[in-house]
Amino acid sequence: MSVGEITHIGRPTNRVDGKLKVTGQAHYAAEYPADDLLYGYIVGSTTAAGRIAAMDLDAARQFPGVVEIFTHENRSKAAWLDRSWRDEVAPPGHPFRPLNSDRILFDGQPVALIVAETFEAARDAGSLVRIAYDVDAHCTELEAKRAEAYVPPKKRSGIPPPPDPRGDAEQAFQDAPVKISRDYRINAEHHNPMEMFATTCVFEGDGKLTIYDKTQGSQNAQGYVTSVFGLRSKDVRLVNQYVGGAFGAGLRPQHQLFFAVMASLELERSVRVSLTRAQMFHIGYRPDSYHTVSLAADRDGRLQSIMHDAVASTSHYEDYQEAVVNWSGMMYHCDNVKLTYQLAKLDTATPCDMRAPGAAIGVTALECALDELSYELGIGPLEIRRINFASKDENTNKQFTSKALLECYSEGAAAFGWEKRSPKPRAMKEGRELIGWGVSTGMWDAFLQKAQATATLKVDGTLEVATAASDIGTGTWTILTQIGAEAFGLPLEDVQARIGDSTLPMSPVEGGSWTAASNGSAVQAACEAVKHSLFKQARKMANSPLADASFEDVEVRDRRIFRKDDPARGLSVFEVMHAAELTEITEQGKVSPNLRQMLKYISYTNSAVFAEVRVDEDLGVVRVTRVVCAAAAGKILNPKTARSQILGGVVMGIGMALHEEAMTDHRLGKIMNANLGEYHVPAHADIEDIEVIFVDEKDDKVSPLGVKGLGEIGIVGTASAVANAIFHATGVRVRDFPITIDKILNAPRPS
Amino acid sequence: MNQIPHHPQIPIFLTINGTLHELKVEPWVTLLDLLRERLSLTGTKKGCDQGQCGACTVLVDGKRVNSCLALAVSRDGAEITTIEGLAENGELHSLQVAFIERDAFQCGYCTPGQICSAAGLLAEGHTRSRAEIREHMSGNLCRCGAYTNIADAVEDVLMPRIAAKEAAE
Amino acid sequence: MNRFEYIRPATVADAIAALNEPAARALAGGTNLVDLMKYDVAQPSRLVDINRLPLKSIEITPSGALRIGALVTNTDLAWHRDVREKWPILSSAILAGASPQLRNAATAGGNLMQRTRCYYFYDPSTACNKRQPGSGCSAIGGVNRIHAILGASDSCIAVHPSDMCVAMAALDASVEVEGPDGKRSIPMSGFHRLTGGEPERDNTLKGGELITSIIIPKPDFGAHHTYLKIRDRLSYAFALISVAAALRVEEGIIQDVRIALGGVAHKPWRDFDAEKSLKGERVGTQSFTQVADFILRDAKGQGDNDFKIELARRAIVRALEQAAAGTPQDQADKSLY
Repeated sequence: MSVGEITHIGRPTNRVDGKLKVTGQAHYAAEYPADDLLYGYIVGSTTAAGRIAAMDLDAARQFPGVVEIFTHENRSKAAWLDRSWRDEVAPPGHPFRPLNSDRILFDGQPVALIVAETFEAARDAGSLVRIAYDVDAHCTELEAKRAEAYVPPKKRSGIPPPPDPRGDAEQAFQDAPVKISRDYRINAEHHNPMEMFATTCVFEGDGKLTIYDKTQGSQNAQGYVTSVFGLRSKDVRLVNQYVGGAFGAGLRPQHQLFFAVMASLELERSVRVSLTRAQMFHIGYRPDSYHTVSLAADRDGRLQSIMHDAVASTSHYEDYQEAVVNWSGMMYHCDNVKLTYQLAKLDTATPCDMRAPGAAIGVTALECALDELSYELGIGPLEIRRINFASKDENTNKQFTSKALLECYSEGAAAFGWEKRSPKPRAMKEGRELIGWGVSTGMWDAFLQKAQATATLKVDGTLEVATAASDIGTGTWTILTQIGAEAFGLPLEDVQARIGDSTLPMSPVEGGSWTAASNGSAVQAACEAVKHSLFKQARKMANSPLADASFEDVEVRDRRIFRKDDPARGLSVFEVMHAAELTEITEQGKVSPNLRQMLKYISYTNSAVFAEVRVDEDLGVVRVTRVVCAAAAGKILNPKTARSQILGGVVMGIGMALHEEAMTDHRLGKIMNANLGEYHVPAHADIEDIEVIFVDEKDDKVSPLGVKGLGEIGIVGTASAVANAIFHATGVRVRDFPITIDKILNAPRPS
Repeated sequence: MNQIPHHPQIPIFLTINGTLHELKVEPWVTLLDLLRERLSLTGTKKGCDQGQCGACTVLVDGKRVNSCLALAVSRDGAEITTIEGLAENGELHSLQVAFIERDAFQCGYCTPGQICSAAGLLAEGHTRSRAEIREHMSGNLCRCGAYTNIADAVEDVLMPRIAAKEAAE
Repeated sequence: MNRFEYIRPATVADAIAALNEPAARALAGGTNLVDLMKYDVAQPSRLVDINRLPLKSIEITPSGALRIGALVTNTDLAWHRDVREKWPILSSAILAGASPQLRNAATAGGNLMQRTRCYYFYDPSTACNKRQPGSGCSAIGGVNRIHAILGASDSCIAVHPSDMCVAMAALDASVEVEGPDGKRSIPMSGFHRLTGGEPERDNTLKGGELITSIIIPKPDFGAHHTYLKIRDRLSYAFALISVAAALRVEEGIIQDVRIALGGVAHKPWRDFDAEKSLKGERVGTQSFTQVADFILRDAKGQGDNDFKIELARRAIVRALEQAAAGTPQDQADKSLY
């Protein structure tokens, strides 16, 4: 079998960056060497609101190795207008400007940067900085601010506000025979990728900077730098080839980027700044939220009314928004829907998108409520979801480009063994543990964003594809390599992807699960364009065997271009380029959303999550022992990396269900568990069996590749599936996440 | 309290990945920062700097430890193996091969620590089941959630060794 | 982290001399001290690296007791063949704690000396009587999920975080120390303190004293023991509540019992009156519940940790049931027996 017969798309493929990662050769932002490197260490405020009254920097200044200390008093000039500080992802409001003034907006706000010859000198001089504050009253408690919740006047670009009400949800709720109205609360979470935010800014001289940054968007970050510091775009190159996880926190530039660049420009040296793990809790986070979900149905289980009201936290200086309640209007068929979403201002940093922002919390609340309704009705929780299947997006009246959700339900249920489930809670027990099975639907956007790529075919027949996309663990390096290899019938080793560099063709930030669809499609388009050019050159050659062929007649494979119907009639890539005196052929590819299509169609990824928990009711200990996640995500480019994305989302969903919460001391306005020892993300021992199923789904509209994106769907619905399983096990409903031991112990027992 | 001590730099010897290094280190420098910032061995990662995540795991005299909590001077004379030293003669360690095959990483940042930790686990010889793998690897957090595949990868290497050992006995 | 002098003594006598200074600290595995120094909670001006001292052996004494050198690592102690066989509750408790990496570096002496995990203790920007006597206790009225329900005071509600110490307390260990005034032996129950009026003092060591070994008498519980640890995730987390329980039973009647609690107080909690009350009683849920009620009679919640009282009650009963059944909890098995 010739190598050309292998297809790469759809084949489980080892990551092309795998060897670098397992040998420690992949470099992350704080790992690039530079001559005469200086280290910056950020000092954060110890009050949540107020003003800096006095600063004593003498001891810090005199500390051996310290080169400079920057505060609001000597910060270098930076852009004047908010607009210059507003990155692509910024919500409405005033973007935070480090060291802008003596005013404190949140606990841990950067108030000084120590720059020194060694990391230790910078850090330890930092602890000698003495700052006195005029402390103002603050509020970090969402509960206390609910009465002042408001609808944000200016909407966040790209985030649809809740749709207008349809039908008469209040009346329908009154009239329906079976109904529930419940309150849910989901605690604030912090992204906590394993790599802390870091920037190494290399001062190249001549006004040029090469910046190695931890970010989800090299171009967004580069744009921020040039606009904040008034630099020319061609003088600043920002590189993010390897990113140690981000989950949304890297969508916006984080303040170490500002500090590294500022110090570098001021001191005319290379500077590295890394946040500490504690400082990772003083940046954006998934907001705290309260939800009231009211559902009513007829006795056959058909939803008659859906009402979902949510309040979430934001900062005082920006109106951070997510699509929280919109899902409740489109996940199921219902003619009477009323959704509200409000914000309340807290003295915290502005929240920042965290894996499936909005859906991770909104769908959790809805799916728990739907589960509760199913028991009121005496209809199985899977059955009620089937009954209320929505065949179009009733928020917008658009058609789904595809929705194999019913297959997710049936394939997932079959794999899980759902048919063996007894309808009543507390029916299954083993040893000291009650066993429960819960289900939830999941849904997430399947966007296509504008993206560009280039493909370069070299005279030796190898290929390079390039786009300024990022790989934050999502597998971008690999799928782009696969797409290129597939287009030219090459082995993976003959294809080099280039990503993670702001100088590469235009790319959106890596987020929203849109990279595979967008950058992937752009790469494919670029490859097609190269093949066209190659073909043109091939036809032009003297005595070309392809002289009378059309483009559709030929194939490019194994470094040859030949007639499909007679493979012997062809030319090698080398021959073609040599004859044309070319060393390479480079073409561009672009993709952008089909606005016309979007008038009528809309795309989502759908899933069904089944969870088994074992609850030691006496001691309140919950274990998630089995999860099956069945997802319909269109074409799966790489089942191996795709599965990993789902696994990761499910793990994070388990964390939301059982473990994660920022514990704030509201008297102090301070997160007290700002470390990985007390902010609990799931550990190895917490994760048992997780099975991932990709149901067949063809979608020729969602993106040119037919791909939907999988980075986020795994978390959506997982926490609710776990909570629903806990109810099924114990008959106890906990509506406050995370569902920790005390909440199981304190919950009212079923009578 | 902050007077500069008389001898701020202490001479120490560390054998790192088979190479003997003669170094002069301030006592407050951790093994992790020594590796990353002074010796350009950035394979070992800083995830928390507090011994709470395991990303900094290296082998010291064959035992897995958090290098972020080890003052370099207190490990004078030790043999250190980092992720850069696991492959032998250009051939990947069986754990590295298994990790690639099983996709036991995503962003890759916890990976060197996971692999060194697994190497330590194998040497300890106390792990015989998947449940024990998960428990004995719990000192390595993975926010990307690759735990399922990590456990698979460790099983791939561990179980044949156990079987071989039993066959030999 | 402050700047400090680093000394590496070769003998115990040299170490004691070097430690005989208020701001000197012994450095063994460093898994707690280096962490505290990075947070600027501990700021020793002199670090005495004791890793070369000959305190690394584990031996069985002529009377059948276990003598553990202070520098024996947690891992070596937990997996030692004699310990696994004859003091299995100690092995189990150690393996329930921290992570393999930390256990490979942490020492027996260091484990005794480890400080509380109270969030406020670890944050020098907050008031803490343990760090700065007289400044106040921020945990009272604050975030106190992990704090004490027994033996606390108005000045401090911190908890001792160790697992090893709970088992050692149950086993009537004694701590051998050597100092400027010579050698002495401190019973485990007298080593850690309740805070009383001096929250800044965790233990009864005098200035310059160094732990040299820990002695654990020969136990007599066979398979009737367990170390049960309840925490907010299934591994790599400190105890909300932990129980070291051991029983000697003859024909259903309790002859001897040890119950030590972790996660509840400034020291491992042993209630000798409670244990006495259980002797002569019949094994079973009723007597177990009674003794749990008795142990917790003065338990007081601080708000966030109110649930710990009921959790402790149930954990004591469960642990005694496990011990009675001879089914000690396997730390890798996350279903609780």
